[in-house]
Amino acid sequence: MRRFTAALFLIGLGVMIAAIYQHMDFSNTALNAGQAINSVAAQETGAANFVTSVVLAYRGIDTLLELTILFTAAMIGGMVLGKRRVDAPRDPDAGFILRTGADLLFPLLLVVGLYIILHGHLTPGGGFQGGVILASAFFLPLLARPGSSINQDVISIVEGLAGATFILIGLLAMSEGYEFLSPLFDKGELGALISAGSLPVLYLAVGIKVGSELAGLLAHLAEAEAVD
Amino acid sequence: MEVVVLIVVIVMLLSAVAVMLFKDFLAALAAMTVVSLGLSFLFVVVRAPDVAMTEAAIGAGLSSLLFALALRRLGLWRSQ
Amino acid sequence: MSMEFLDGNTILYSAAFGLMLIGIGGIVISNHLMRIIFGIALLEAGANLLLLLSTYHEGASAPIIVDGIIPAMMADPVPQALVLTAIVIGVGILALALSLAIRVQRAYGTLDMREVRLRLEQEICDEAGIEMPSSSEKPAEVIKTPVNSVVQQESGS
Repeated sequence: MRRFTAALFLIGLGVMIAAIYQHMDFSNTALNAGQAINSVAAQETGAANFVTSVVLAYRGIDTLLELTILFTAAMIGGMVLGKRRVDAPRDPDAGFILRTGADLLFPLLLVVGLYIILHGHLTPGGGFQGGVILASAFFLPLLARPGSSINQDVISIVEGLAGATFILIGLLAMSEGYEFLSPLFDKGELGALISAGSLPVLYLAVGIKVGSELAGLLAHLAEAEAVD
Repeated sequence: MEVVVLIVVIVMLLSAVAVMLFKDFLAALAAMTVVSLGLSFLFVVVRAPDVAMTEAAIGAGLSSLLFALALRRLGLWRSQ
Repeated sequence: MSMEFLDGNTILYSAAFGLMLIGIGGIVISNHLMRIIFGIALLEAGANLLLLLSTYHEGASAPIIVDGIIPAMMADPVPQALVLTAIVIGVGILALALSLAIRVQRAYGTLDMREVRLRLEQEICDEAGIEMPSSSEKPAEVIKTPVNSVVQQESGS
């Protein structure tokens, strides 16, 4: 009975969406904000990637709040999962291939992650994507050597420093007489690696913060006690 | 181009149904990853390379890792 | 039969709506907590695609300047930044949901939401010192509590 009513509800929802879709207007869907940003972003922020300038300059406070949400989720995840008991059974040892592969991949992942973070204002990519790659780089040794663990104190210190850097740059902009988190420093040449003022520094802070948070979260999940 | 998009969309929707129907949770997780990869292709089609990269790294990579770790801890690694 | 009704926009929108419908269906129909989390992830994926499609124009180029050439029409960067943040928040929500699921398993020994709800109601009833209603699915035929306790409740509130 419950499945029948649920299926009926879904069919009704589908018909409703199809009806709405038929009357949608595709000819005039551009937002004015996007047009305005596309026309001035290159001069105002000096970043070739406009998504980066929206994320860090035009909607910088949103990014700060998003980092707060991620931090809260990671913290609550750690709190809910709790610490591992000392006498909990260990996972079986990883094989030779996994250990060697992890050792080989670790420096490569670090380089790729930092590359993606530092080129965030020029090419697709940036702090979030690179941060995830950094997190997976630091998580790999945990998979290869089940006995080892990530030092959660170091992670929280790194994470706190990265978050503080992000806020300090925002406050620095305020002390110079601009709005909070508005781009600072010399814009430089469009498309050069060292350009766009403070945006690459902000993205580096975002990347390190996201990377350390997610690495800590993954470590918590991996260390949680197994049921079987 | 539209034919490729159509094929990817059909594969995505079929895998999304499979996520809900597979008894084995590991197979459902694999289908979920197919959905994420197809989605990241669609993001490239709608000219959003940044979002496509994020979806490929986070949706297909990190989320699957989280799911896999949780499945192992929940004892759902093998189908009952 | 002509395929004219299958233009690019319709295909992309049907992907977004299809993912959202399948996700909602999974959340509504399924009883297993893991399936519900999978449904949330699917729903989120569909919503992200819909948000991006809302400003998609055919023929626009990605909002990135390459070699100093500014294209005539560029995609809107605002929804792209929104979806970027939404995906990252989504993984945070996912991690939180999964750790809560692990906790539910530890506390109740099962992930079947019907059983979990039954155990939860049992615990609440035990705490309150009242008898468990015979079934939560169908309405109780007989009110088992004595009449004077009902009167007490009414006067107490």
